[in-house]
Order: sequence, then C-alpha cells, then structure tokens
Amino acid sequence: MTVAIDRATGKRHGDRAPRPGLGQRLKHGYQKHWYAYAMIAPVAVVLGVLVLYPLVYGLYLTLTDADSLNTARTIGVNHIAATYEFIGLDNYKDVLFGPTAYDRFWSHFLWTIVWTALCVALHYCIGLGLALLLDQRLRGRTAYRLILILPWAVPTFVTVFGWRFMLADGGVINSVLGTLHLPTPLWLEDTFWQRFAAVMVNTWCGVPFMMVSLLGGLQSIDTALYEAAEMDGANAWQRFRYVTLPGLRSVSSTVVLLGIIWTFNQFAVIFLLFGTTAPDAQILVTWAYYLGFGQQPRDFAQSATYGILLLAILIVFTSFYRRWLNRHEQQLAI
Amino acid sequence: MSTTTVETSATVTEDRPAPAGRRRRARGERSLSASLAAHGILIAGSVVALFPVAWLVFLSLGPDKDDYLHPGGIWRKMTFDNYTFVLQHTNFFDWLKSSLIVSLGTTVLGVLVAATTGYAVSRMRFPGYRKFMWVLLVTQMFPVAVLMVPMYQILADLQLIDSYLGLILVYCTTAVPYCAWLLKGYFDTIPFEIDEAGRVDGLTPFGTFVRLILPLARPGLAVAAFYSFITAFGEVAFATTFLLDDQKYTLAVGLQSFISEHDAQRNLMAATAVLIAIPVSAFFYLVQKNLVTGLTAGGTKG
Repeated sequence: MTVAIDRATGKRHGDRAPRPGLGQRLKHGYQKHWYAYAMIAPVAVVLGVLVLYPLVYGLYLTLTDADSLNTARTIGVNHIAATYEFIGLDNYKDVLFGPTAYDRFWSHFLWTIVWTALCVALHYCIGLGLALLLDQRLRGRTAYRLILILPWAVPTFVTVFGWRFMLADGGVINSVLGTLHLPTPLWLEDTFWQRFAAVMVNTWCGVPFMMVSLLGGLQSIDTALYEAAEMDGANAWQRFRYVTLPGLRSVSSTVVLLGIIWTFNQFAVIFLLFGTTAPDAQILVTWAYYLGFGQQPRDFAQSATYGILLLAILIVFTSFYRRWLNRHEQQLAI
Repeated sequence: MSTTTVETSATVTEDRPAPAGRRRRARGERSLSASLAAHGILIAGSVVALFPVAWLVFLSLGPDKDDYLHPGGIWRKMTFDNYTFVLQHTNFFDWLKSSLIVSLGTTVLGVLVAATTGYAVSRMRFPGYRKFMWVLLVTQMFPVAVLMVPMYQILADLQLIDSYLGLILVYCTTAVPYCAWLLKGYFDTIPFEIDEAGRVDGLTPFGTFVRLILPLARPGLAVAAFYSFITAFGEVAFATTFLLDDQKYTLAVGLQSFISEHDAQRNLMAATAVLIAIPVSAFFYLVQKNLVTGLTAGGTKG
C-alpha cells in the first residue's frame, strides 16, 4: 500500500508515464489514493447532501413558477400537493430583461456593486491607516488595539441595533447634528441617507478585521528591508510605497477577496437596519430574501433565480481574481 | 504566527551616539507633532469604535422605552430594572439555550467532519485535488439567497422547519468547508517530518493523524471551533426564517422580536443586547490573539 504524502504544493508538470488503460488507471488510482479519498469522504458526503442536492433542487425551482401558493404544503391535517409548473428559462428572462427589470434587478445590481466597492475600499484604507499607526512604538498601543477591535468582538446583530437607536429620528446623532446647526437627515427613511447609513455601519463593523489582518502582515515584514531602504536614502513615502505595500501584497489580496465576498453577501446589516421597509437600499442578497420570504405570496422561484445569479456573479468574479493573481505570480493565502 | 513577533530593531540603533551638530532622530523615533497626531487619530478611532456600544449600555439603564429620545433624563433615573425584567419575564434563557444548542451543535459537527479532510488536503495529493479545493472555496461564498429557498422546501418536507437539527444542518453547509480550509492552513504549518517519523515507526496515515497531528493541532482546532461558533451564533437570515416558535428563537431572532409593528420596547431590547454582548465579547477577547493568525496563516508566512 502506498500513500502519497506529498510535499509538492505548487504545480506539478511533466514526468508522466505513458497512460495505461482506463481500468488499469482506476485500479491503480484506487490503490494509491484510497486513503486520501477515505479521509475527504465525510466532507464530500456532507457537501453532497447539504449543498449539492439543495443547489440542484434550487436550480430546478428557478425553472418553475413556484410560489407559496402552489408548492406542497400542509395546513392542519390536509396535505396539498404541489401544482407549480415547469416554465423553462422564463424566470431568468424576466429578471434580467423583463419590462421592469431595471427597477427590480439592475438598480439593485448597481447599488450592490457600489456598496461592495465603497465598503471594501473604506475597510481597507481605514484598516491600513490604523494598522500603520499601531505598528509603531507607541504608548498605550495594546489598549488602542483592544478598543479598536470592539466592533468585531460584539456580534453584528447587537451593534446594528445600537446604531439603529442612534440613527433614529430624534436619536443621538441627529440631536448632535441639530445642536451644531447642521442638517439632520432622515437616516432610516430617505433613500440616499439610508444607503449612506448602511455603508457607515458596515464600515464600522468591518474595519477591525482588516486592521488586525494588516497589522499581522506589517509585523511579518522583515525590518532589515526598512533599514536597507533607509541606507539607500528612501524617504518615508518611498519606504511605504516600495517596502510596506509589496510586503503586504499577499495578505492584502486575501483579505480584499474575503472582504469583497463578505460585503457582497452582507445580510445582517441591511436587514436589521431597515427590515423590509427600504426597497431602494436593499442589496441583491436582501432583495432576494425579500422576494422569497418578506412578502406575500412568497415568490420562491424568483428568489431562487436571484440566488443562482448571485452565485454566478461571485464565481465569475473569483475566477477572474484568481487568474489575475496568478498572472502576477501570487498565491491566495486562504 | 505573526501577531506574536513584535520585535523592532529600534532598540539596537537607539544607543548610537548622536552625531554632533544637528540632532538626528533614531529609527522608530518621531517628532512630537507626529506622535501627537498619531495619538489623536487613534483616540478618535477608539471613540468611534466605543461609542455605539457604550451608548447601548447607557440606554439600557433608562427605565422607559422612549428614553432614547431624551438621553439626558437617564442620568437621574438610572436603574437595572430592564435587566431584571428581561431575565425574569422574557424568554431570554430559552433563546440562550437555543443559541447554545445550535451553535455548539454546528461547531462540534463542523470540526469533527472537517478534521480528517483538512489533514488529507494538507498532506496528500490525489486526482481531483484542485477541483475539491475549488469546491470548498466556492461553498464558503454561497450567498444566503442561494440555498434558502430549496433548503426551506426540503426541510419542510422532512418536518425539520422550526427544529434545532434543521438549523444545525443548514449552518453546516458553510461551517464544514470553512473549518476544512482553516484546518488545512493550520496543518500546513506542522512540519512534514513529524508525519514521516510516524510513518517510519509503522503508523498508518490515519494513525499518524490521530496520534501525532491532532494533539499538535489543538490551537488550530480551537480557532476553527471558535469561528464556527461565532458564525452560527450571529447568523440572522436562516434563523429568522426557519424558526417559528418564539421559545425556540435564537438570540439573534429573539432580539428582533422586541420591535414589532405596533410596539418597540427599546429599553428591554438594549438590556438584552448588553446581556448578549458581554459574554460573547469577553470570550472573543480571550481568544482574539489566535484568530487572525489562523485565518491568514498562509498569507503572513509570505
């Protein structure tokens, strides 16, 4: 019995023996790798049952006109059989190109892109700034660090309600703005300010993660590099530009990808801040939830269609991101 | 591994005698104004980070549900009544129990199922390896909207709506691949020589894993467990949809139930929020040092 404990982590090319027949290969592969397959079996089974099967079922639902009125359900003792029908790709056509597609899909799509880009940019810039400050020798550094990660330590569903009290009409933010004779926007009612508030709250929640990750990255940069740069007469900006940023590249590409995925999928902040009351501030995820579960009748088919489209967007994006990283000869750390 | 290495070389250069004439600053030393600016920004940042939480604590002490509109009045009538009311007259402990059952169930199941896989993908290369890793990555980024509708239908068929088991199974869809990723990252940091030593001494690969690697990987397992716990504990979308009975709510759902269409018991809500936040953040601060190390272990290795 041979088991491949293999040190190679990179690409492995070449030195392939001439291919034997299919049966031979299967048998050989089984003998050589059965241990690996046995060990990944639990996860493979779980993913197959809990992810693949629902995914396929969801895909099937997108090809039907299922909603809460025609799916199988039990009311009291009566079981009502499903009566929804197969309608092909009509849902996709309707969502993407239907008569009010702009209001229903594309406006949310654009807002989701803006939301993701704004939030991740703010997370990264503020996080990097704070990490750079904390990377110096500074009195009270640990205390600052502990306070600054507080928004990460407290669960989001708790802090969002704190923000909701603060942003409410007559809440503390508007009182302060009023005393300063500044305009007091309706944070939770006016579309623009709703979006502003959502970005603000999400930025507040997401900065600590970036800060701590980037701080870890900063501390792993070899100080000899800074010394060498200084010997060569590099000023502070040049040291930042040519030592710090390249040194952070691997951590950055990972946390930015994670940040983009998390922000794109961010459900709790918008859902808890506005509930289902703010149709224009909903990003695609919360909008899909609204279609499927926030209204009556529940439109399961459309909601599932949004879900599949969202997943497609994420997969395409991640593939390009990875290809782009590979072209620049970086490995993703996650 | 990086958060612990906080060595700066500044101490070396400090002792160097300053050259005559214009005083030169040693490395790592800053002018007074730069130092003040740094402290100023950090203090401002800390205030922003602290204020919403502190405000919630402050509001929770006001006895009336509209006290948040006139916070000045709270100083005069501060009381812990909200807390006693929440603990005695609401379903707080039921919610806590649900949250713990669901989160711990997810954690245990996630880590148990993922552990061998994390080891296999860390040490062995097999046909389909890259595809498998790709599946693990993609599964983690599933938006809630993808699985929610089909899961709702399937669980309804199985009579698992409004049950802890149903919710645990749903959470496992993200917890399992996530733990597998995290654990792979940790297993990668354990030297291969240990495996080889075990194999030379006649252990099977599985024996190596159980007897040698698992005990060494305890910190990694703890981080994976903690992440699954926190994720399941703070999950909102599935819990809100799949739990119907208000005694079975998790805390994330129960907290929302204080605000309904006609009534908003904001004072009780604030008190509940504080009661949830204290143990969770205390726990978080205990383990925070290990968190990022686990998540970006590969990244910080460079």
